Amino acid sequence: MTIATRPTPGPAREYHFPAFTRSVLANGITVIVARVTKLPLVSVATVIDATALDDFREKEGLAELTAQSLREGTEERNGVRLALDLEKLGTSLEAGADWDGTVLSMTVLRANLDQAFEIFAETLMSPAFRHEDIERLKAERLAERMQLLDEPRGLADESFSRFLYARGARYAVPMSGSSKSVRGISRDDVQQMYQRSYLPSSTTVIFAGDITSDEAVKLVELRLGAWKGEHSRLAIEPDRAAHTTRSLEIVAKRDAAQSELRIGHIGVPRTHPDYFNIVVMNAVLGGLFSSRINLNLREAHGYTYGASSYFDWRRHSGPFVISTAVQSEVTADAISETLKEIDSMRASEISHDELTLATSYLEGVFPIRYETTAAIASALASMVTFDLPENYFDTYRSNISAVTAHDVLEAARRHVRPEELQIVVVGNPDVIREPIEALNFGGLSVREASEE
Amino acid sequence: MQIPIETFCLDNGLLVTLSQDNTAPIVAVNLWYHVGSANEKAGRTGFAHLFEHMLFQGSEHVEANEHFELVQRAGGTLNGSTWLERTNYFETVPSNQLELALWLEADRMGALLPAMTQKKLDTQRDVVKNERRWSVDNQPYGTWWEKLPALAFPESHPFHHSLIGSMEDLSKASLEDVEQFFRTFYTPDNAVLSIAGDFDAAAARRLVEKHFGGIPRGKGKPALVGLEVAERFGETLRAVVEDDVSLPRMYLAFRSPVFGSEDYYVASITGAILGMRQGSRLYRSLVREKQIAADASAFTFDLAKGSDLLILDVTGRPETSAEQLESEVEREVDELVEKGVTGEEVQRAIALIQTDIITALQSASERADRISMFATLLGDPALINTQADKYGAVTRESVNAFARDRLGADNRAKLIYVPRIREEGEAEAEIVEAMAS
Repeated sequence: MTIATRPTPGPAREYHFPAFTRSVLANGITVIVARVTKLPLVSVATVIDATALDDFREKEGLAELTAQSLREGTEERNGVRLALDLEKLGTSLEAGADWDGTVLSMTVLRANLDQAFEIFAETLMSPAFRHEDIERLKAERLAERMQLLDEPRGLADESFSRFLYARGARYAVPMSGSSKSVRGISRDDVQQMYQRSYLPSSTTVIFAGDITSDEAVKLVELRLGAWKGEHSRLAIEPDRAAHTTRSLEIVAKRDAAQSELRIGHIGVPRTHPDYFNIVVMNAVLGGLFSSRINLNLREAHGYTYGASSYFDWRRHSGPFVISTAVQSEVTADAISETLKEIDSMRASEISHDELTLATSYLEGVFPIRYETTAAIASALASMVTFDLPENYFDTYRSNISAVTAHDVLEAARRHVRPEELQIVVVGNPDVIREPIEALNFGGLSVREASEE
Repeated sequence: MQIPIETFCLDNGLLVTLSQDNTAPIVAVNLWYHVGSANEKAGRTGFAHLFEHMLFQGSEHVEANEHFELVQRAGGTLNGSTWLERTNYFETVPSNQLELALWLEADRMGALLPAMTQKKLDTQRDVVKNERRWSVDNQPYGTWWEKLPALAFPESHPFHHSLIGSMEDLSKASLEDVEQFFRTFYTPDNAVLSIAGDFDAAAARRLVEKHFGGIPRGKGKPALVGLEVAERFGETLRAVVEDDVSLPRMYLAFRSPVFGSEDYYVASITGAILGMRQGSRLYRSLVREKQIAADASAFTFDLAKGSDLLILDVTGRPETSAEQLESEVEREVDELVEKGVTGEEVQRAIALIQTDIITALQSASERADRISMFATLLGDPALINTQADKYGAVTRESVNAFARDRLGADNRAKLIYVPRIREEGEAEAEIVEAMAS
């Protein structure tokens, strides 16, 4: 009835990441253009070197608020007009800042690009930063904070960063700021952040889609050619650790239907030379559905709907995290199973099957990741952000396939360190505390509402 | 813009659509089975979705979890999902791996049962219970997924009950249920197979015939009864839920024309005028001007039988009371009904939706999924090429007529989430705000 013989694949057709050009205009703006003509669409992503690390002290969240304020209107048109003018062209602006940059982006029909880009450029060059709009965005951000804290996943992610990084390190504070820091941001701060960090020399405009390099460069020259400014930056150390030994924190949520679990430690910067080895190692440990941690916690034990691990790649050392949500009663068991998987990852080389599963997956999905103009623009944006070489995309697959089982073992031994692991559990201490204590993992603390 | 469409039917009733696009060496394989939570029998809520999990537990020639492993090893992505009227399974793979994807789908369509065991069922039952805890029980507002359909459809209606299912019903699901469900619904004549992307049409057709041709036709499925409901609720329905949330939220649902009908497009444009992006009425009025809402959006359930639902979803600011949120949202709807919309508002909504359609069609998996959707729910895969025009044909007059007809007080179901008042001394997690200093 069905066929027992497994199909064998024919030869793979070649794939190349879209070719792109890079030009620098007289005022210092870089323009990158990847021509993709499948559909009459263009995605534009502008990367500005204004990051959460540039936030003024005690004004964390300023970079994000500044990015969002760009959508609130220019000297020529207010926020409602700006939104409507773009939406009538079938598009709208996305604006946000993260640890490593600010990105302003849109996807638009080719026929509407010139008109839409005129407005896009206006938001960059002449934002109005009206007091009432900034106050409204702050209030929205405070509402968002309240919602985040109701939500066990968000609460766990945020608690974990706070537990990992030292007090005073920027990475310990949420990227978009705390309620207190956001409350303290003024219109002047936004204006200052804009003047210091939004500069042509630290801006790259990326086009992916149905447009030639000449057309794009002319468009940027026309609309952003008159933009001026110079860059200055403060030195920072955002990634200092809070603990040198293992420790575990329970964040009490007595009505929790599950425990949200985060296990990990501080990782390495995106530009680390072991990057490809770590990516393959992480795929086997917890990156894939068929990874060791997911097969153990989900498929062998049914503890969870899913478990995964990731390195949060930033310019400085972001966290390495194993993340899952498990039934409260099995919280301690899930922790000890995870610790076993970490030990075994470091004890011996992974099998040939595991290695090839990870490498052939990563090589194979590469073209699938870049089906859309927005995805291509976003990939080029990360190339800019992390200063990756121009041949990065062309050599990605050979770099992945060069990783050996020995490289993976070395990466696990170097970059996954059991003696430094930190754990945060958001859950019901009445159910989980005793079994967790019995694990003897390390310094245990329980955080309650009364603590401040 | 036209997507190429080639359709044929196998002798066993499997409807197949090929949509070629050789720009990148990837291909999407997508199967829709015309069965969803609506087809569950009494006392087995959540079974259609639990069954979806079982389809990844192996089949006659595929080991448990091998489906995931083989596709990922081939360099592909995959998943499945369950909805009220359908269940879908899909993978995107490098184009030289097309046959692998077809073989895997055919093996579980043709020979699932030899691989089913009690242990696999017990484990997936636990996984699904954890999915329920994660997505419904431990999630602020997470219960809306079951409370809104329960409010909007009468108790006997196939859309009334929970899709994820109750813990009690999940516990009762047996291997016998698995066998019966498979034999009834997972048959070629109850499925649509779409292939989009890089392939040779003749070769793809041969492969489909080779792998799916030998699977026998099903014996038919029981018809869904009691789908038909009145066009309007006939009154304003209202349910209030106290939940562990900080911000009030209201879901305001209207019974609306079924997916694919002429008026469905009018309903979608009306929804976009009210709640799509920053230029929409709810956003401009409640988020930006009055500043009583933190966010607002509108969407449809896309149900093709009985009645669809058009839903507004508005979250209040911390200082907004649930009553204020409720009356302000309704005031906006009333105003739209009474005064109508402008031509500019209709054009904005059309421009946004049309651009979204073209943007989505860049991806092979989206093409395949939408083709399967039109074929399964409306019997015509080529409808994918008419969507932009159907939205474009919506006029100000049709929106105004629709609003008068369907957005009135006799057709509203309100599901309101109110922050629970915490008792004194009740411990609660609260983040201690860290400050860099």
